[in-house]
Amino acid sequence: MSGPPTGAMTGPPTGAMTGPPTGAMSGPPTGAPTGPPGPQTGAPTMGQFPGQPVGSPTMGPPTNMANLTSMSGPPTQDMQGRGGVGGGGLTGKRAYPQYPNQTPMSGPPLPGQMAGQPQPAGSQPGPTAGVPNDTYGQQRPQQIPNAQSYAQSPNQYENSLSGGMGKLNIQQGDTRPLNLLQNRHVLPSTPVEPPKPNLSPEYRKLVCNPDIFRTTLTSIPQTQQLLNKSKLPLGILIHPFKDLTHLPVIQSSVIVRCRSCRTYINPFVQFVDHRRWKCNLCYRINDLPDEFNFDPVTRTYGEPQRRPEIKSSTIEFIAPSEYMLRPPQPATYLFMFDVCFNAVESGYLSVACQVLLEELDKLPGDARTMIGFVTFDSTLHFYNLQEGLSRPSMMVVSDIDDIFLPCPNDLLVNLQESKELIQELLTQLPSMFSGNKETQSALGPALQSALKLMSPIGGRVTVFQSSLPSHGPGTLKSREDMSQRTNSKDIPNLGPATDFYKKMSLDCSAQQISVDLFLFANNYIDIASLSCVSKFSGGCVNYYPAFHTVRTPAEVERFENDFRRYLTRKIGFEAVMRIRCTKGLSIHTFHGNFFVRSTDLLSLPNINPDAGFAMQMSIEDSLNDSPLACFQAALLYTSSKGERRIRVHTLCLPVTNQLSEVYAGADTQGIVSLLSRMAVDRTLTATIVDARDALVNVCIDSLSAFKTTLSSGQAGVGLIGPNSLRLLPLYTLAMLKCTAFKLSSSVRLDERVFAMDMLKYHPMIYTMLMIHPTLYPVHELSDEGAISHDDQTIPQPPILSLSSEHLFKNGAYLMDRGDALYLYINREVSPNFIQSVFDVPDFQSIGEPMHELPELDNAVSDRLRNFIQYLEEKRPFHAPLHVIREDSRMRILFLRHLVEDRSESVMSYYEFLQHLQKEVGK
Amino acid sequence: MAFTFAAFCYLLAMILSAVLIFFAIYHIIAFDELKTDYKNPIDQCNSLNPLVLPEYIIHIFFTVLFLFAGQIGTVALNVPLIAYNVYRYVNRPVMSQPGLYDPTTIMNADVLSRCMREGWIKLAFFLLSFFYYLYSMIYVLVSSTS
Repeated sequence: MSGPPTGAMTGPPTGAMTGPPTGAMSGPPTGAPTGPPGPQTGAPTMGQFPGQPVGSPTMGPPTNMANLTSMSGPPTQDMQGRGGVGGGGLTGKRAYPQYPNQTPMSGPPLPGQMAGQPQPAGSQPGPTAGVPNDTYGQQRPQQIPNAQSYAQSPNQYENSLSGGMGKLNIQQGDTRPLNLLQNRHVLPSTPVEPPKPNLSPEYRKLVCNPDIFRTTLTSIPQTQQLLNKSKLPLGILIHPFKDLTHLPVIQSSVIVRCRSCRTYINPFVQFVDHRRWKCNLCYRINDLPDEFNFDPVTRTYGEPQRRPEIKSSTIEFIAPSEYMLRPPQPATYLFMFDVCFNAVESGYLSVACQVLLEELDKLPGDARTMIGFVTFDSTLHFYNLQEGLSRPSMMVVSDIDDIFLPCPNDLLVNLQESKELIQELLTQLPSMFSGNKETQSALGPALQSALKLMSPIGGRVTVFQSSLPSHGPGTLKSREDMSQRTNSKDIPNLGPATDFYKKMSLDCSAQQISVDLFLFANNYIDIASLSCVSKFSGGCVNYYPAFHTVRTPAEVERFENDFRRYLTRKIGFEAVMRIRCTKGLSIHTFHGNFFVRSTDLLSLPNINPDAGFAMQMSIEDSLNDSPLACFQAALLYTSSKGERRIRVHTLCLPVTNQLSEVYAGADTQGIVSLLSRMAVDRTLTATIVDARDALVNVCIDSLSAFKTTLSSGQAGVGLIGPNSLRLLPLYTLAMLKCTAFKLSSSVRLDERVFAMDMLKYHPMIYTMLMIHPTLYPVHELSDEGAISHDDQTIPQPPILSLSSEHLFKNGAYLMDRGDALYLYINREVSPNFIQSVFDVPDFQSIGEPMHELPELDNAVSDRLRNFIQYLEEKRPFHAPLHVIREDSRMRILFLRHLVEDRSESVMSYYEFLQHLQKEVGK
Repeated sequence: MAFTFAAFCYLLAMILSAVLIFFAIYHIIAFDELKTDYKNPIDQCNSLNPLVLPEYIIHIFFTVLFLFAGQIGTVALNVPLIAYNVYRYVNRPVMSQPGLYDPTTIMNADVLSRCMREGWIKLAFFLLSFFYYLYSMIYVLVSSTS
């Protein structure tokens, strides 16, 4: 039974809340597409449009080789010869250095990899340390012909593939049945790359950077039935506000959009003729304004295809005034410091004030930037910083049940005008409360006052909290029960205890206020309830358990770096993001920190470059109108300089009606990332045990479903899976063992809830590191295969499986788990290595805890430090380094991430495969 | 022809189920508006939540009356829905106000389609029970005369 015919509603949305910008045409396409969808616009046809830049055939493999070695540098040449508009280039170059794209789908590399690994099932790699390196050495040359730099130089690669054979290879390569039981070492030694969509070469080079926008299935199933048959989740993962070094920015009087579905013109539309274009989402034929034929680069009129909108799938428009509901707001920041006894004792206040003082000038903003400060314990303290005062004056409000603001106009002040007063306040704050014995914390009233204070403008509220709120509205009680932790059937209290923070969050969201939390707590602080205030207002949560300025310097360093990044990173205010997709597709569930305002519109009071989103999709109508499915994410925001901007990402993927092609295009990392988010939701609606079962079931179901596609001859024995999904069981096992989902009594409730929030909030690359850290052997770093980055040679050690069978007694290993790096030193590592890296004679003298490597002038130390620095720079946040000796008490930090080993009565990888085989065989 | 307590119960139940039919229709329209982007989920939840308990109370009220009137068959028809309502209310999201619908999860396709289905099923149920009460009322009246 379904709803009444919804299509009948054709009136314009009442949209008072959505407003003109993105809300104007939010309903379903109001009419049928005008006219039948044109002739089958198959991928090959697309390429024949005049003026589409076609790959220059002059670039041969040698260039490729050069690319491989200089990949991480800035693009040395602009392949397409575009100047870009407004300082923009072409498709945004990734902010992080790129890895050589080992393309797993095209024949050679994979067999090579397989051959390189110890082949027989169960046999362990010999104890000689040389084996991994040899393997590594063999692989490198094989990758080179297939290596390419994603964003810069797809042309030559695609030329070689544009023949029919190329595509054939892709299909065969990725659905090749693989006996997972016999191929246990499935983890490639180079970073896992997403599959390339099976598109025509012209489209493939335009496809959005997969780090920004990707789907779990790169071939979209034509119908929901086909999707159900594959047992894989369909969804999109998007990192919309990622820091980009090259982003075309367009300022034009007219932004060309489809008149019916409001899609922005993008590289995947068809030009019917010079005056008209056909929308690729709703298939309406639209008129092309004359201005669109003007090429801003050459300043001539000509082909519309030369416009940057058509040449780049990620683009930013500077929006005219139709896109504003009110004048763009100034950048506004409110900082709220918890100053109760716990807070003072941990000493965070002085660190935070110091960092804030240093970065005050780098806060994103312009001459209008507003700033304010509030401190709270059991009472609220406001600070009048109005220009002209000789010193900041503090006002105490102790009536917390009915909050009022003393002199509301002087609490938020212009940063430039009152800078001296602000600096004075920040210098004094730590000492002002140094003797505070008050233990009550009135977070709820503080948030209410923030809402009052900020609601005329909107902006960002940063809350520092160090204990459970215990005074006034929003009081929370400790729900962590030690005796319940041993109960392995279920873990209670993962959801919020009260809806106070959720309601607060929705109220903030309505006023364009976002609340970010920095939590410092040794004890239970109920992140499950507190984080709601950030979750629905587009904020972020940072958690520093056991923060203490003296006792835990590593945490202090992490906070310092995170906070510095937090203050200086880009920020967008009063943002909304709308996801449009080809007719027939609809968004099923949203994952991330935002408020869902309508079926495809997210309200994001603030957007920051570290926020990731995921949406699970469903297919409502069969997608047989077109061989291509498109997704477009448009993020409308106010920049810190008071400009209204729209960032548009468009993704185009082939549609298929073949189950085998769905499997061939499966993107395991995307699937796992989406599954982890779905599992987090599951823990809230059901139990954690249910969520774990659901994860395993996806694995079992998809492998069983794949088995049915094989003929009896192919199926064979063992656990058969498609090559494209060969990592799924491994990642699933890793998910079962990660902090969020493991059934262990050693995980504190807050830690678990925070891990779950991070799975939902982080962009895909970081979620993957959280689930399945990368492990590098670093005792024999060599320059072989090294890349150069910022004039430094960065060794590229192979990635090891997370299993102790790969750890040699004489090795040193670096584990990257996203928010921390572990350098694990085994007992028998050569004294030379220890001497050159740590400057101490033997293993026993390596100090602990150690969070920094000494700067020594020798090749071994240089290589290691360069490599660590390179890894650090790849992420926007800070990952502290922990040096862990094999005999240290800390070694559990490292060892618990070895997910392929048996741990705490959870299966090892091999046992897990056997379990899957048993279930699949049923 | 005597106007018995049972007949009175059926008459009252008929009127009340007509009211509940309107509740169900309002419910369906409200969710359809959500689905088609007409309304803000917060406003929609604010207008729907106050209606949840009255609906349950009305339904329980006439079921209890039937119990007093000794109409066990009619009670048996209504008990499953009461049980479902209680189950639904016990498992509602954490909320400080009465109601069922949480604006932050309401836009999930699963929740939305479930609420929609609930609306249609309730509409059908109350429509059918309306005619059943009409029939039963006449039946009780007729049978009590003989």
